[in-house]
Amino acid sequence: MSLLDVRELDVRHGLLHAVRGVSVAVEGGGTVALVGANGAGKSTLLRTIAGGHRPSHGSIFFDGVDVTRVPAHKRVGLGIGLVPEGRHLFLSLTVEENLRVAARPGYWTVERVLDAFPLLADRRRSRAVNLSGGERQATAIGRTLMANPRLLLLDEVSLGLAPVAVDDVYRSLQTVIEQGTTVLLVEQDLGRAMGIAQRVICMLEGRLVLEGTADELTRERVTEAYFGLGRVVA
Amino acid sequence: MSAVAAPAEAQPARPKVQRWTRTSLAFAAGMLALVVLLALVPYWFGPNTTEKLTELFVLVILAAMWNVLAGYGGLVSVGQQAFIGIGAYAVIVLTDHGINGYLAVVLAALFCGLVSLPTSLLVFRLRGGQFAIGMWVVAELFRLLVTNDQSIGGGTGRSLDVLNVYAPADRQAYTYWVALGLMAVLLFLGLILLRSRLGSSLQAIRDDERAAESVGVPVAWAKRVVFLLAAVGCGAAGAITIANTLIVTPASIFSVQWSAFMIFMVLVGGLGTFEGPVLGALVLFGIQQEFSNDGSWYLVGLGAVAILVTLILPRGLWGFLVDRFHIRLVPVGYTLRQLLGAQARSDGQ
Amino acid sequence: MTYVDAVIQGILLGGLYALFACGLSLMFGVMRIINLAHGDLALLGTFMVLLVTEHVGLSPFAALVIVLPGAALAGYALQYLIFNRSLRGGELSPMLATFGLSVVIGNVLLEAFSADTHSLSAGALTTASWRISSQISISALSAVIFAVAVVVLVGLQLMLSYTQLGRQMRATADDPATAELVGINSKRVYGVAAAIALATAALAGTFFGMRSSFDPTLGPSQLIFAFEAVVIGGLGSLWGTLVGGIALGVAQTVGAQAFGASWSIFCGHALFLAVLAFRSQGIFAAREATA
Repeated sequence: MSLLDVRELDVRHGLLHAVRGVSVAVEGGGTVALVGANGAGKSTLLRTIAGGHRPSHGSIFFDGVDVTRVPAHKRVGLGIGLVPEGRHLFLSLTVEENLRVAARPGYWTVERVLDAFPLLADRRRSRAVNLSGGERQATAIGRTLMANPRLLLLDEVSLGLAPVAVDDVYRSLQTVIEQGTTVLLVEQDLGRAMGIAQRVICMLEGRLVLEGTADELTRERVTEAYFGLGRVVA
Repeated sequence: MSAVAAPAEAQPARPKVQRWTRTSLAFAAGMLALVVLLALVPYWFGPNTTEKLTELFVLVILAAMWNVLAGYGGLVSVGQQAFIGIGAYAVIVLTDHGINGYLAVVLAALFCGLVSLPTSLLVFRLRGGQFAIGMWVVAELFRLLVTNDQSIGGGTGRSLDVLNVYAPADRQAYTYWVALGLMAVLLFLGLILLRSRLGSSLQAIRDDERAAESVGVPVAWAKRVVFLLAAVGCGAAGAITIANTLIVTPASIFSVQWSAFMIFMVLVGGLGTFEGPVLGALVLFGIQQEFSNDGSWYLVGLGAVAILVTLILPRGLWGFLVDRFHIRLVPVGYTLRQLLGAQARSDGQ
Repeated sequence: MTYVDAVIQGILLGGLYALFACGLSLMFGVMRIINLAHGDLALLGTFMVLLVTEHVGLSPFAALVIVLPGAALAGYALQYLIFNRSLRGGELSPMLATFGLSVVIGNVLLEAFSADTHSLSAGALTTASWRISSQISISALSAVIFAVAVVVLVGLQLMLSYTQLGRQMRATADDPATAELVGINSKRVYGVAAAIALATAALAGTFFGMRSSFDPTLGPSQLIFAFEAVVIGGLGSLWGTLVGGIALGVAQTVGAQAFGASWSIFCGHALFLAVLAFRSQGIFAAREATA
């Protein structure tokens, strides 16, 4: 049984039909990359899985439990953790407070998070508003890790970061994956996505248009699906 | 508004943008007729009726003004009684100096507009709920100033004797006409404001102040105009009230209960619609005539209804009706009409 | 009464204002709601204590043991019933709903207790005082009120800064949606904040009732004093609330000394407007909302 089972999900943003009939299953311990152009619906999908949006149709099963109507803060208790696009740190809190406020029992503690993200080591008492982009991203990931999620959802963690900072982030992600955490990440950079994930899913205009393991899919096939080049014009 | 691209096999004509619909034209004509009819009331009915109607006109003015301030300007004030009180006391001071009673009413209203300018400099530094209470503090300040000033009656208040030169029935009629006139003028001014560029500016400010500022909407100026109009309106209401009742005390005229009434009328009627406040005024007037003898319980009822309406019918009675039946009587919106008989789609607020 | 005495009395009075204000400040800080019913809710606390003392025969201090938890529960309930729902209605909604609540409470109290004045007896504290010099004496009650106010404010600040609940409150204040995503039950956090706000309001109201006579119409004026204290001291800072309360108290007492008793409240308003005019962020200008 998959850890995450999304069935026929429809999500609307006002008049915009952001996610259309998406079904996806993620096995426990797996790493899945979700790619697609801007506006394809990836962030909305992730937020809905985490509980930040209500779907208009479809259902979400986590570890066999129907969580479609469960409020977001309860889903964290069940083991779903989202690092939202744009980070959304608590700006008036310090790094350490941002970490502590999300804490749940498990492997990840403040000390272990600071070890995994060395660039935060001397910033633990700095207020989040004073951090650089890379430090904010590290703190955001660390904050979600502090809840010790079984399913880690990452939304565009490399956005706005210098390549060196992104390298650091992905290095830390390896540690997370080695812990056995299931990871579903949205990533614009196809290279990185296919480098870290076992499976790749591509979305276009709200629909799932391509699915496969990183081995069997070539970059060309993914790029085609990304831009919708293989579609037949109506 | 630019033309909507026509579908492939549709008419070559461009859709027109209309400000008046057939309904609103009929409504406007009806309103003019109503004003004329109302003006004739003193000839057909006695002073009791005109006195009650004057009270109603005061409520309509207050509701319309609070709506312009909060619903269109986004400025929620719990202190408009400041201007109601100043309006009333300005009449007293002016008549003490020999000015004709009814002229004093108009001048008092204008004086409130003047007072609103420096006031706005101070209170505009506050936002949201703080602005609301800030205005309340201003009202309290004025109340204290008046209470401590014996020359205008201090805490015990004053009566307006000047108007006693007229016979009671005549006086009531004159007061009524002044009230009707002021109400019509203020509502008309409010309407013009909303149809004008300023109206669009206000809507932009209401939606997103910073974005509006960034495209050149004169935010501070627009708010000041709205604040000034509301001050003039509330001042007129206070002045008419004292001309109607002939007596005033600081505790009553500066009471926060006026704000309670204004909020009730606008909420129940419909915040941000033009017709709503008038409907709300009628509802409050009806309730007052029926229940004002039940002491504080009817105020409790008013407060409870206000809470319920905020939580359940956030757009008020009129807003609810508009949403259900898509009516709009007063032409403050925009309508896009396809020329060849297709359904008119509403584009405005 | 000399000016020195007036200043001292003003400082002590300021403690009471700060106690009134801290609930208002907390609700605004955490939920961004200005609770226009705050003064009336405080007064409701006062009347509840009056009821308990009259019917059960306890002293007001003992009555607090019953009333304070009741106030906290009421705050939690109000949050769920009214404040939370009003937050969804847009910016104006909470203001309007709390104003309606203020009207309801004030008039229910008026109907239940009539416009007569009452007072609470503080027992021995009412008359006890310390003589500092030939012209200055400090009433024990005022000193106790001031001390309690400081303890409450310090306690609240410590709670906010060092406990998990405090972190959750500050996080939810910064970003309620994201707070939910990291596992914080924002409704519960708001409820606790409202519970604390109402309990401190009831405490302040009770002390007020011991200090002077009261009647059901006084709610709005207490709200105004609380609000002035918050603005003078600076929003978002509990220390600011204490300093603001003291500044307001001193302005009132010194104003009374200089111009006569009928001008004391006016001088408080004048100080408020002066702060608005010249330093609108208050004495302790707290952090701006977001970066």
